[in-house]
Amino acid sequence: MAEPHLIGEAMTGGYGRGADILQGCTLSVDKGQIAVIVGPNGAGKSTAMKAVFGMLNLRSGSVRIGGEDITHLSPQDRVAKGMAFVPQTSNIFPSMTVEENLEMGAFLRRDDIRPTIEQVYDLFPILRDKRRQAAGELSGGQRQQVAVGRALMTQPSVLMLDEPTAGVSPIVMDELFDRIIEVARAGITILMVEQNARQALEIADKGYVLVQGCNAYTGTGAELMADDEVRRTFLGG
Amino acid sequence: MTDILNAIVALSNFVLIPGAAYGAQLALGALGVTLIYGILRFSNFAHGDTMAFGTMATILVTWGLQSMGISFGFLPTALIALPVGIAITGLLLLGTDRAVYRFYRKQKAAPVVLVIVSIGVMFVMNGLVRFIIGVGDVNFADGARFVINARQFREMTGLDEGLAIRSTTLITLITAAIAVALLFWFLNKTRTGKSMRAFSDNEDLALLSGINPERVVAVTWLIVAALATTAGVLYGLDKSFKAFTYFQLLLPIFAAAIVGGLGNPLGAIAGGFVIAFSEVLVTYAWKKVLEYLLPENLEPSSLVQLLSTDYKFAVSFAILIIVLLFKPTGLFKGQSV
Amino acid sequence: MTARGYLLYAGMALLIVLTGFVQGWNLALTILNMGLISAIMSLGVNLQWGFAGLFNVGVMGFVALGGLAAVLVSMPPVAEGWNAGGLRLLGALALGAAILVAAVQVWKRKIGGRMRALVMLALLIGGFFLFRASLDPAVNAIEAINPSLSGYLGGLGLPIIIAWPVGGLLAAGAAWIIGKAALGLRSDYLAIATLGIAEIVIAVLKNEDWLSRGVKNVVGLPRPVPYEVELQRDPGFVEAAAGYGLDPVTASTLWVKILYSGLFAVVLIAILFLAQRALASPWGRMMRAIRDNEVAAAAMGKNVTARHLQVFILGSAVCGIAGAMMTTLDGQLTPGSYQPLRFTFLVWVMVIVGGSGNNYGAVLGGFLIWWLWVMVEPLGLWAMELITSGMSPDSWLRAHLTDSAAQMRLMTMGIILLAVLRFSPKGLMPER
Repeated sequence: MAEPHLIGEAMTGGYGRGADILQGCTLSVDKGQIAVIVGPNGAGKSTAMKAVFGMLNLRSGSVRIGGEDITHLSPQDRVAKGMAFVPQTSNIFPSMTVEENLEMGAFLRRDDIRPTIEQVYDLFPILRDKRRQAAGELSGGQRQQVAVGRALMTQPSVLMLDEPTAGVSPIVMDELFDRIIEVARAGITILMVEQNARQALEIADKGYVLVQGCNAYTGTGAELMADDEVRRTFLGG
Repeated sequence: MTDILNAIVALSNFVLIPGAAYGAQLALGALGVTLIYGILRFSNFAHGDTMAFGTMATILVTWGLQSMGISFGFLPTALIALPVGIAITGLLLLGTDRAVYRFYRKQKAAPVVLVIVSIGVMFVMNGLVRFIIGVGDVNFADGARFVINARQFREMTGLDEGLAIRSTTLITLITAAIAVALLFWFLNKTRTGKSMRAFSDNEDLALLSGINPERVVAVTWLIVAALATTAGVLYGLDKSFKAFTYFQLLLPIFAAAIVGGLGNPLGAIAGGFVIAFSEVLVTYAWKKVLEYLLPENLEPSSLVQLLSTDYKFAVSFAILIIVLLFKPTGLFKGQSV
Repeated sequence: MTARGYLLYAGMALLIVLTGFVQGWNLALTILNMGLISAIMSLGVNLQWGFAGLFNVGVMGFVALGGLAAVLVSMPPVAEGWNAGGLRLLGALALGAAILVAAVQVWKRKIGGRMRALVMLALLIGGFFLFRASLDPAVNAIEAINPSLSGYLGGLGLPIIIAWPVGGLLAAGAAWIIGKAALGLRSDYLAIATLGIAEIVIAVLKNEDWLSRGVKNVVGLPRPVPYEVELQRDPGFVEAAAGYGLDPVTASTLWVKILYSGLFAVVLIAILFLAQRALASPWGRMMRAIRDNEVAAAAMGKNVTARHLQVFILGSAVCGIAGAMMTTLDGQLTPGSYQPLRFTFLVWVMVIVGGSGNNYGAVLGGFLIWWLWVMVEPLGLWAMELITSGMSPDSWLRAHLTDSAAQMRLMTMGIILLAVLRFSPKGLMPER
């Protein structure tokens, strides 16, 4: 089997010197695919993603992107390798305008960023209208769009999203998922943690159900949705 | 009619113009404090003595220039010396950061620890300044004294009240305006400036975006050096330089920064003028102006001074307390309590 | 107290004794007395910082209030002053207080926002003018009475020792008002707020002549110990002094100082004892629990602000007592000598160097830093002369360096503070 584009393999570790939250967890995504991590609260979903991004200490296991081992790189260095991360909260610069937020997203780039900014505006048209407005003044859903747009400015090969639809109304959630699909179609690999398991699995190519730090169920979105046990435990029948 | 004009002239001479100059000086000081708070996240009690140091450095260079026979015509020589003074102060601040503050930053120490440390730095700087230049009054303003003095004004207009515009006042206003314009251009239009605003807004996200924290810190200290030195020099030209006075400015400067909203540069400027005008308005003896404006029988017999001039800073402090109690984020929303 | 503690205290005592031998017992006793007072101030600040983590930069204000209490309690009342305007002045002050109370009551009522703000504003502005209208004539009348020697209301004419606890009470009262207003603020805001309050208190003392004679100072405060000249006239004392090989003048000055030392030591030991008891008590444990994790303590139902207020008041009261003692020692009230930040800073160095959170450490810090403060000047001068001994006598640099040696005090203290904070932040006697 070809090596997946992004893989975090047998990850074991936790925050600082604390107890291990992840117990031999494996996540992998192929290029241009959407992988979704779901599970009960405290299962370690966000922790797993942060581990892939390098924000916690892995006692064992490895992370590879495009075949390259990045286990020992800092988050900033992983950004340089093509990763982008959208945190769940505090993910924009509230006092700066939408356009300035995008500029900050591209801080590490030295080339002309205008075409990329236009691409982001094409993807999120409402941001073009509000580009001179302070990002902190926008509604919740629009702020999430700014956050995702900021992450896309580095032209990443992998986009990781931590609960992008948290606290957002259902209509906005649908819109957001549509955009995520568009981004994936452009060839960007997506790894996403989600609480809204049902809707997320509907758009997922690959689903991971994590329970207490390890993989409980793995399969395509459709497979997981069809699985009786998964349905019963996490999707409410 | 002439009475009203006289009243306006008196008001301008004793309230509006001095208030504006003082406001500009406070604004520059408050800008420095607010930048340090927004980016380095602590209240820097050493700022007053940083101003003293910067002014002292500029004075020394001015003396050097004067002894070489260089002067600036009708403008004070100190203005030529200013960039050198800023450079020296910048080096001092960078050195202080490296030797003192950086340790606590890496430890992520509580803000109160940094405040105590800044008090220690304040006394070291104060001692250094007094050691180098002594404790006496130093008058280093040269060049033309008045743009227009009271007698000339009276001759020109025929009014009883004279309006004197000292050259240092005009220089203060113009220099402050230039400094502020430069600062805002830097913060809003340059990559480094925007990265500093981003760092102040959301430090974690800024780090994620690849912004280098040590670079942001270094640029901040350099800008603070420029602002503090300029503010100190303008104040010293206006009044005179004495090592002790700059510490006393600390309270109004902090009041200005907090009233405007700590962390918000626009707020610092607004706060500076609010504090300056409040101080001047409340301690001004209104008798003269009221005599011009009111009919004979209503004229006041006392000075009509709300508070004596000794209570000047009490005014700024009272405003500070009121703002802290009722609107802690300040007039322009800054970083909250 | 640990063995290390005893050693440190012994070392401190040795320093003072050495000073006595090398520079004279007069100086040593002077240092001891101010050291005792500094130790008490340091205890007060330690209560606020070590127990509750409150950063009070307005220590000087409370000390000044203590000094004022010394005047108000012990100086004889000035009859003409009272006749001229005393009652009117009290009336004006009562009016002012009533207006403030009314304003606070209006603020607490649940009337509509804008209406409430307007009413308060009208009350405060109108009240201010009313206050001034009733205060100013009274003040002018009082200050007109014999301004060069008097020009104020005087005090109650009671023994000055009573001023010490009264000073504590006065400071406690002020601390209550300030604490109610400022204690909810973040630590660096609290620092600025307390600094401002101290400046205001001292400005009032400097300007309100009817209260404290302002910058004309109040001299000749009564004493709790005999006067030197009385001792010199007492034959019994002269005889005893001769027995020690001392002339009457030296003996009387030394004896007076020793008496003061005794009085101050009694107060210090009493306060230290109480502070230690408080530390070990459930109340003390709760205070430290709140300091260590305010959120958790609040979640457990502890009223954090009320506790902070208690500690703030107690610590300030202790500083007030020290202030009264200091003014007693000086024999005069000189408002101009209270320099808020400088002296407050010194007390903070004492607490941090001594060991914040440790009462014995704070006391040690008080003695040590005061000793250092006094000795830095002669030591610095000596060091500077050593450094410049190689230079020619006319050298500008030499003159400049020697002159500036006096300026080294504050800088040395600053360096000590920075060094301790960096390398030994727990101080000489860490909190146990």
